[in-house]
Amino acid sequence: MYLFISPWLIGFLVFALYPIISSLYYSFTDYDIIHPPRFIGLANYTEMFHNDLFWKSVTVTLRYTFISVPVQMLLALGFALLLHQTIPLRGFFRTAMYFPSMVSGVAMSLLWYWIFNPQIGLFNYMLSWFGIHGPAWLMSPDTALYALIIMSFWTAGSGMILFLAGLQGVPSSLIEAARLDGAGRFRIFKNITLPMISPVLLFQLIMGLIDSFQVFTQAFVMTQGGPNYSTWFYVYNLYNTAFKEYRAGYSSALAWVLLIVVLVFTAIIMKLSNRYVHYEGGERR
Amino acid sequence: MSTVKATSPRVPTSHSRRKADPVKIASFITLLITTFLMLLPLFFMVSTSLKSKREMLKFPPTFLPESWAWSNYTEIFDTLQFGTLYKNSLIIAGLTVIGTLLSSALVAYGFARYRGRGNQLWFALLLSTMMLPYPAIMIPQFVLFSKMNWIDTFLPLVVPAFFGSAYNIFLLRQFFSTLPEELFDAGRIDGCGELKMWRTIALPLSAPALATVAIFAFIYSWNDLLTPVLYLSSSDKFTLPVGMASLTSSRFRIPPWHLLMVASVLAMVPIVTLFAVAQKQFVEGIVLTGIK
Repeated sequence: MYLFISPWLIGFLVFALYPIISSLYYSFTDYDIIHPPRFIGLANYTEMFHNDLFWKSVTVTLRYTFISVPVQMLLALGFALLLHQTIPLRGFFRTAMYFPSMVSGVAMSLLWYWIFNPQIGLFNYMLSWFGIHGPAWLMSPDTALYALIIMSFWTAGSGMILFLAGLQGVPSSLIEAARLDGAGRFRIFKNITLPMISPVLLFQLIMGLIDSFQVFTQAFVMTQGGPNYSTWFYVYNLYNTAFKEYRAGYSSALAWVLLIVVLVFTAIIMKLSNRYVHYEGGERR
Repeated sequence: MSTVKATSPRVPTSHSRRKADPVKIASFITLLITTFLMLLPLFFMVSTSLKSKREMLKFPPTFLPESWAWSNYTEIFDTLQFGTLYKNSLIIAGLTVIGTLLSSALVAYGFARYRGRGNQLWFALLLSTMMLPYPAIMIPQFVLFSKMNWIDTFLPLVVPAFFGSAYNIFLLRQFFSTLPEELFDAGRIDGCGELKMWRTIALPLSAPALATVAIFAFIYSWNDLLTPVLYLSSSDKFTLPVGMASLTSSRFRIPPWHLLMVASVLAMVPIVTLFAVAQKQFVEGIVLTGIK
């Protein structure tokens, strides 16, 4: 067995365990990557609590996460439920919904950079159909973050595919039995479908959170963290301190806080979900 | 509907409902509208990429180009050395796919076939690394690679793939676990070693799962921005996303809108092609590996 898993074991030691431990060490040092690190104790961590940009990045990231992740999941689940029925053009709809998820990354950022342009972009043009004079989106500190949140809904299709796979795993015999007992659509959904797909929900919730805590591309390509730091995401802040200001020690402290936050969030969700998430046969093989 | 239920001895499933089901009509209309909204940006991406610089600045945007500016597609090769960017990205993504497939399939097989106590412990550790945010290990990795003189080479972007990636190992392990034990018993009687069984039994039966992993790995590498931004410094080594990101940078007073769209279209081409070729296996793979 160890022969087979040795590539991962080595990779784990070299590319994960060693970096985690050294990043913990760096976080207690003053370090610019070129000169050797100098131990300064907890100074980086105390600085963080007095640093405005740190708090800005935390607020921006949490606001983004708490709106974008739940809405995106609801959309994905909604689309999946619609497309799980037999419906004309089902194959077309599935592909069309998934398509935007293939554009992710820089290409998507460039496209939406134009869509959100207040003068010539598509978004405000469409709003004008309804007589709405659209805001300046990425150019205004009040709306820039919301623009990025709206953009994130465009890729709900990738979650939809996972939900569809989950829905296919719900035994139709259960649903038929419930229908015989006179259960309506809503009760079937609440009492059978939802518990049966709860592992997919849990998986997506955790992965969605972790991804959203790490937003970088949009900030880097579309806004450079602005205007007025309104899209100063946590990882953008981290990248900036490490590779623009050459403060790798302080940046490592930021990295460790991120790591701990992710672990705490995951642990809380796992704990809470124990009561609700249903695995076939009680325990997974 | 109640009459259907009463007269038919079979249970009417949702598949055999009558046509004029109001829920289905509503669903269909909702789907039409949302799909229209989802595809509209893509439509404009393509149509805008063919508009002249001047037409781009018009408001409201025209649906179709007034005159088709095919020259945009050659212009981008001059402005951005698009050919080089494309080649670099393809090399990196190609090597990443090969590395991921080889290593992840090997490791996943190890995890699927042996179920000792040590194994479970390592597997739990593997799953936990899926939650490890890349930025948390980014700085020490950078220091490590710079000590090895790997900065401004493709090595930091490619080599880690040869050591397996947690998510893909997990997917393949789930798939390998579903292969019937009898197959391997037969192989053992024929005197196959484990490595040979991996190659001759497990891999050939796993085409959909392997295709899924290959696509995931390709898309991931193709779209990645942060790692190439960190490691590549000379412009002839840039990947496509790094080069494209420079289009919005301050070196242009007005963003070259038409080129942004051309770049987006061209960046999509390999992914769409891949998806079109492997779509069946891909969807099957997602369902079979059961990410649930």
